[in-house]
Amino acid sequence: MSTRLDARAEHLLRELAPKVLGAVVRRFGDFAAAEDAVQEALIAAAMQWPKEGLPGNPRGWLIQVAARRMTDHVRSELARRRRETVAAAEIDLVVPAPGLEPATDQDDTLILIFMCCHPALTPSSAIALTLRAVGGLTTAEIANAFLVPEATMAQRISRAKQSIKASGVPFSMPTSDERAQRLRTVLHVLYLIFNEGYTSSIGPHLQRNELSREAIRLTRAVHNLLPDDGEVAGLLALMLLTDARRAARTGPGGELIPLTDQDRRLWDQREIAEGVALITATLSKGSIGAYQLQAAVAAVHDETPRAEDTDWPQILALYGLLKRMSDNPMVMLNHAIATAMVHGPSAGLALLDELDADGRLSGHHRLDAVRAHLLELAGDHQSAIAHYRTAANRTSSIPERNYLMTQAARLSERATTAPTDT
Amino acid sequence: MKYILMMGGTKKGWDTFNTWPKKDLQAHIGFMMAFGKELTESGELVAAEGLAPPDQAKVVRAGNNGTPITDGVFPEAKEFLAGYWIVDVESPQRAYEIAGRASAAPGRDGVPMNMPIEVRQVMSGPPEDLL
Repeated sequence: MSTRLDARAEHLLRELAPKVLGAVVRRFGDFAAAEDAVQEALIAAAMQWPKEGLPGNPRGWLIQVAARRMTDHVRSELARRRRETVAAAEIDLVVPAPGLEPATDQDDTLILIFMCCHPALTPSSAIALTLRAVGGLTTAEIANAFLVPEATMAQRISRAKQSIKASGVPFSMPTSDERAQRLRTVLHVLYLIFNEGYTSSIGPHLQRNELSREAIRLTRAVHNLLPDDGEVAGLLALMLLTDARRAARTGPGGELIPLTDQDRRLWDQREIAEGVALITATLSKGSIGAYQLQAAVAAVHDETPRAEDTDWPQILALYGLLKRMSDNPMVMLNHAIATAMVHGPSAGLALLDELDADGRLSGHHRLDAVRAHLLELAGDHQSAIAHYRTAANRTSSIPERNYLMTQAARLSERATTAPTDT
Repeated sequence: MKYILMMGGTKKGWDTFNTWPKKDLQAHIGFMMAFGKELTESGELVAAEGLAPPDQAKVVRAGNNGTPITDGVFPEAKEFLAGYWIVDVESPQRAYEIAGRASAAPGRDGVPMNMPIEVRQVMSGPPEDLL
């Protein structure tokens, strides 16, 4: 007999997690305790369902188990308060927060995501809480993905919930005034989860791939709830179009392979097709945002079978739009690369000088790495070597350091064997 | 971002530690235990270990024929790693703050030891996509 959930049951459990949590919070009004109760119910399901089979009504089963845990929690909490002879405020434990109109599961999922990505939380707390409360991952799974002990992750989640409680945010949709800003925070948290999984899925940390898949799943859920929001669609497209290159971005030894050198036959055509269709449909609707533009850039790359055929003028135009829209120095850096590809390396290097003056990227390895690349294109190999080495010393990623050191070594060897080569 | 906080000590310091009065030892040990617990509770502790005394420390390197050559008996003045913490924090400043707390662990008569703690970033950052 199997003791593990099959993939279908696992998927069902994860889909149900935020809906069950929403229902329990509505009934009991205590987000922090309800979240613990639902986590216990999910773990109970993962243990019992493989043995006893899927219940007829899985959602009802989970709510019932979580509600039983909540009742126990409320009883012991009341007993504790009685011992402490604090009679006041007992009632708030058992009565839902006031003003809660009946809502649908969909609303609950969305409200939960807004709560978990609360601006009062640090990014790492928001990420952990979102993965548990909305994603239905266990604390152990999240700890494993971030390579920290389970006890540490449990405390991080518990502190995040305390912060939300202390902030006094009710379990309801943000007001229309704050909604746009809150949604930006949600998308940023989802983007960070994706990036954490995508960029570190190298060498021994294969389990972290799961984080990207989870980020795509959660973003897809938000997109289904808010199908008319261009930036949600843009972020989902960006994730799909980036994830499509996963198999090609590292070599057999885990070494990084830059976009221009990747074997494009390894790119996932299904993800590319979905991402391109999504971003095309979204861009035609009007209100353009930063995620949509980044997705559009990714689409240009993904639709080009050979690196040398890349439509750089189009990418340059997209980064030009992005640059006007956001004051992000990383956007300026990418704009400089695209400029170099269209107008030649010295035009790109001139833009990097502007970034030096700007100061926000000073000491950042990406600035050195890009400068090294453009200097190499310009034929100034000695300076390129120096900047590759500086970048290697400044990155905090081992695969990236290895890549940058190898670039410097490659150029030095060429300089000694073929001094006239440019 | 992850940082390792390395607490150094000399062989002499180690030998002296063994001769501390009980109440000072207990205060020191109590501080270290509470400190570890506090870092778990703040959601920042990744790992912490204390190392055995350096009396038996050996340095091993392979000889030309591949057989290991060990080196022992170190001078009194040599610095040894006494223990370390690995923390996962939001900023380098926070890592320095934690190191500062560890450095001020109580010593003889409860006076802060102000030990040197070397703080180094762990290479755990994610690589970015390279063009």
